[in-house]
Amino acid sequence: MRRFFTKQNRALLSELVRTDFKLRYQGSVLGYAWSLLRPLLIFVILYVVFVKFLKVGTGIPHYPVYLLFGIVIWNFFVEMTMQSLGSIVGRGELIRKIRIPRWIIVLSSSFSALINLFLNLIIICVFMIVGHVGITGSIIFLPLFFVEVYILALGVSFFLAAAFVKYRDINYIWEVILQAGFYLTPILYPLSRITNLTFQKLILLNPMAQALQDARYVTVTKQTTIPSHVFNGGWYQFIPVILVFVMFIVGAAYFKKESKFFAENI
Amino acid sequence: MDDEIAIKASNLIKSFKLPLEKTTSLKSAFVNFYKRDRSFEKQIALNDISFEIKKGEFFGIVGKNGSGKSTLLKLLAGIYSPDTGSVQVNGKLTPFIELGVGFSPELSGRENVFLNGALLGFNRKEMSDMYDDIVDFSELKRFMDQKLKNYSSGMQVRLAFSIAVRARSDILLVDEVLAVGDVNFQQKCYDYFYKLKREKHTIIFVSHDMESVQKFCDRALVLDSGEVKFIGRPTEAATLYKELNFPEDTDNTTRGKNDSEEKQLKIHLTDINNKPKKTFTYGDTMIVNLEWGVDPRAQFLGVAIHRDDGMYIFGPNNIGPKRAISENQHKAEYVVDLNLGNGKYYVEVAVFGRDEGDRVYYVASGPSFIMHNPNDWQGITELSHKWVIK
Repeated sequence: MRRFFTKQNRALLSELVRTDFKLRYQGSVLGYAWSLLRPLLIFVILYVVFVKFLKVGTGIPHYPVYLLFGIVIWNFFVEMTMQSLGSIVGRGELIRKIRIPRWIIVLSSSFSALINLFLNLIIICVFMIVGHVGITGSIIFLPLFFVEVYILALGVSFFLAAAFVKYRDINYIWEVILQAGFYLTPILYPLSRITNLTFQKLILLNPMAQALQDARYVTVTKQTTIPSHVFNGGWYQFIPVILVFVMFIVGAAYFKKESKFFAENI
Repeated sequence: MDDEIAIKASNLIKSFKLPLEKTTSLKSAFVNFYKRDRSFEKQIALNDISFEIKKGEFFGIVGKNGSGKSTLLKLLAGIYSPDTGSVQVNGKLTPFIELGVGFSPELSGRENVFLNGALLGFNRKEMSDMYDDIVDFSELKRFMDQKLKNYSSGMQVRLAFSIAVRARSDILLVDEVLAVGDVNFQQKCYDYFYKLKREKHTIIFVSHDMESVQKFCDRALVLDSGEVKFIGRPTEAATLYKELNFPEDTDNTTRGKNDSEEKQLKIHLTDINNKPKKTFTYGDTMIVNLEWGVDPRAQFLGVAIHRDDGMYIFGPNNIGPKRAISENQHKAEYVVDLNLGNGKYYVEVAVFGRDEGDRVYYVASGPSFIMHNPNDWQGITELSHKWVIK
C-alpha cells in the first residue's frame, strides 16, 4: 500500500479530485447543491410512482427509506463506473504528455463518486430520523457492504476505462448493461415479490443485489430477503463476494497490462 | 550503471501498429479478428537506438519531422514503453515533455498552479510555500484569480514555465519550449538554461532550431527515419541535419532561362580539380562554372553567395567602363576561397548588359553547397583577432 500511496501520489490524487469537483458544476446556478438535489428529486419521482401509485412496498416497514437505500447505492455504482469509463480517454492530454501513475486517474474519478455517496448518505440519515427507523446494533456491518460495492465498482471501472481506450463503443454497451442491471437488482421492488425461489437465488448471485439486500437488512428492516435465508446457509452464499474479488483482480490486471499502451492508443 | 552516466538507452526499438482501418469499435474488432494480421501496418518509429548521456551534459536531439525524436523523448520520459531494449535513468527525471500539461482553462491561474504542481509531485503545503516565488517569476500577479482561458497563450507559457522551473529534477526533458513567448521571456528561458548548465544539471533538449542547439548543447544526436545518424559535436550535427533536411539535387547544375529566347545560363559547382562537389571544408577553393547561350548583350558578370536563410554573404561583380565579356564569349569561372563557417549556402548569378539593372540572364537561387568547419570557432567567417589580457 505504501508503494502506491506515496506523498506525490496522494498530492496528485487530492488535486485531481478537487479539480473534478470544481469543474463539475462549473457555470450552474445551484452548483454543489445539485449533488444533493439530483438524487432527492429522482427519489421523489420514484416514491410517488412506486409507493403512492403502484403501492409496491406494502408490507415492508419503512419502505421509503428502503427504496432510497436502493437508489443511492445503485446510483453510486452507476456514477462511479460511468465516470471512470471515460476518465482515461478524457485525460488523454495528460497521459500523452506526462508520466503519472495511470490508476490515479481512475481512482480520482471514483473519489468524486464517493463524495456524492457520502452526501447522499446524509439525506438517508435525515429520512431515517424523520421516518423513525429503529437502529439496531447490526448497523456496524453496514460499512462492510459499502466497501464491497466500492471494490466491485473499482474493478469494473479499471476494466472499462482500459477497454474504452481501444473500443469506443464500450460506453453504449455499458449503458445497456446498467439499464438491465437496474431491473435485475431489487432496487424498486422487494425481492420477496418474486415468488420463484430459483429466480431469487439467481438474482442474489449478483453482488450488487446481495450487497444492497444485506445493507438494507442491517440498517432498515429485518424483513429483507438476504442470501443467507435464500441459500439456506450453503457455501454458495459467498459466490457474490468471490465474484467481487475476481472482478477486481481481473479489472486491475487488465488495466495494468493495457496501461503501458494508453499513451499511444488514445 | 556507471555513476557518471545519467541516462543509458540500449537497443531501443519502438513500433506502432497503424490500423489501416482504425478499429476503435467492437464491430470492426470482431470483423477483423480473423484477418488480424492484415488489419494494421507496423511502422517502426525507432530502430535499435543506443546512446549514453553523461551527468551534467546538455544533450540535443535533432531530426526532421517524423524522424522519431518525440517518440524517443516519450520513451525516455516513461510515457511510452519500448518494444525491446531499455532505458536506465540515474537520478530524478522530469515527468513532463511539454509545458503546461494538465492546465485547465476553466480554473483560475491560482488553481492551475496547484494542479500543475501536483502533477510534478508537490503537495499543497509545498506549493503554498513556493506560490509567491512562482507568481513573481511569471510576472502575472494581477491575473492569478482570472480563469486560465482568459490568458493569452504567452501568459500561459510563462505561468507553466515558472512552475516547471520549480520541479527540481536532476534530468530535464525539454521539447521545443522556446517556440512560444516573446523576446523577453525567451531571454528568461535562456538565462535559466545557462543557470542549469552551470549547476551541472543534465538536460535533454529536442529541437528543430539549430541555432539554440549549437548555442547550448555539449553533444547532439541526429535522428533520421528512426535511426541514429550521428552523435557528437553540435556544429557537425547541425550541418548533417541540414544535409538531411534539404536533400541535394543529384546534379548540382541550375539552369536559368533567358527572358526572351530559349537560351540558358548553366551553373555548376566544382572543386579546384573541376570535380563536381557540394560539400566543402573551411578554406577550400570552389569554382562556380558558368555557361550561357551566346548573346551580344552580355557584358558583365556577378556572383553572390548567400546562406540558406537568405543572409547575403558576399557578392562582387565585374561591371566597369569597358565590357568584360566580348560578344561571342559564353563561358566563365568564378573562383572563390570559402572561408565560411558551418551551414548551407547557395549562389546567385547574373549576366549583366549595360549595368546592374539590365540582366540578360539571372538565377536568384542557384546550386547550393554545404560548409564544414573543423575549427573551434562558430559563426559565418573568421575575423582576424587577438587576445590582449591585462
